[in-house]
Amino acid sequence: MITIIDYGLGNIQAFVNVYKRLHIPVTVATSADQLAGASKLILPGVGAFDHAMQRLNASGLRQTLDDMILGQGIPVLGICVGMQMLADSSDEGVLPGLGWIPGRVRNFHSMPESSELALPHMGWNDVLPASGSPLFQGQQEGWLFYFLHSYFFECIEPEHIAATATYGASFSCSVASKNVYGVQFHPEKSHHCGVALLKNFAEL
Amino acid sequence: MLRPRIIPCLLIQDSGLVKTVKFKDPKYVGDPINAVKIFNEKEADELIVIDIDASAHDREPDYQKIAYLASECRMPLCYGGGVRTAEQAKRIIALGVEKVAISSAALANPALISEIAAEIGRQSVVVVLDHKQRLLGKTQDVWTHNGTRNTKRSVIDVALEMEKLGAGEIVINSIDNDGKMKGYDVALAAQLREALTVPLTVLGGGGSLDDMHKVVTACGVVGVAAGSFFVFKGPYRAVLISYPTAQQKRDSIYSALQGRR
Repeated sequence: MITIIDYGLGNIQAFVNVYKRLHIPVTVATSADQLAGASKLILPGVGAFDHAMQRLNASGLRQTLDDMILGQGIPVLGICVGMQMLADSSDEGVLPGLGWIPGRVRNFHSMPESSELALPHMGWNDVLPASGSPLFQGQQEGWLFYFLHSYFFECIEPEHIAATATYGASFSCSVASKNVYGVQFHPEKSHHCGVALLKNFAEL
Repeated sequence: MLRPRIIPCLLIQDSGLVKTVKFKDPKYVGDPINAVKIFNEKEADELIVIDIDASAHDREPDYQKIAYLASECRMPLCYGGGVRTAEQAKRIIALGVEKVAISSAALANPALISEIAAEIGRQSVVVVLDHKQRLLGKTQDVWTHNGTRNTKRSVIDVALEMEKLGAGEIVINSIDNDGKMKGYDVALAAQLREALTVPLTVLGGGGSLDDMHKVVTACGVVGVAAGSFFVFKGPYRAVLISYPTAQQKRDSIYSALQGRR
């Protein structure tokens, strides 16, 4: 069962719709006991980093998620701010992140190559997967996804970069470490590429 | 490469999809959900849906209809119409909408933009500025309430103020060009692209891929939105919902980026 973590942020229904169309069992968890039985977890997120961390920390889900993801190794996919939350910290806020993948979330304007560009980075952009990334399999014509963000995940370990995109400079738009995955873009709103990626995650 | 966004803009009145000319004479063109389903199949870049009655009639957004639209919409969705408080914006985002458009309320109470940005994040705050050329002048004034009230403020000044307050995107919509399908106000778009640091979307007058090409030639990567172009076909304006293919977008629109900078 794919379980979407509902702590009050992100487009929960869009994920439910994609999986229903794929005939993959999906459910939404708002409490710790509803997380039981999850074989995969999706952590959505929008808005400001601290706000998202506050909501998750106050949701009563945090301890159970730590057990499931770090203890039992259940795969989790963070989306947009949900990916940024996987990092240790963010330039956007002061609260610590989940720290599940070492890194810091940075603003595009902190990079010289991107300092003049319009923010947020909004729209459809090409995504180049690192070789062998399991989320990016089986798509012949290249990967195109919808982005809407001003901050990006800066990995400490290059091997955690699962895919890159270019906005001024190249940045890691997908991260992966063991059972923890993240994508900066919105697969739930990215037509056939998004569906393919969410299907790949379900089939991991 | 980040691509220009090619965006159908759908107007809703009395639960039906309509299209206006110069903000007048709304013509019924079909069912909104049916249109959304067609744009899903065609893999449109984004959708803007505006309830044109909500603000004009001082009505609350119709949350039930928005939820239904959002659940059917497989591409990013921007909703506008009747949003006057941060609480309303938050509720709309929670229904599964990516961006909320504010127009009249932003002009009446600019501080609202900062409040909404703090609540939902500035990336989801879109300010739509309907503009019209001032009589005996070149200034483009911002109008509100479906083009019935003139704020007598220049669209450039207002756009810069809204950006400063926390807007994450500015949509400019030409009242003079609305429904005419004779091309965009490219000069104004280029001027705004130069002045703003947030994404810009240009609406009003789009009648062909060539019109869109001209906007991208002048402005680079911006949003290019249209109403009539996506719902009418041919000189007699027969209702037919269409959207360019990936190939057409590449050949006829993105090609404008080559040779820029």
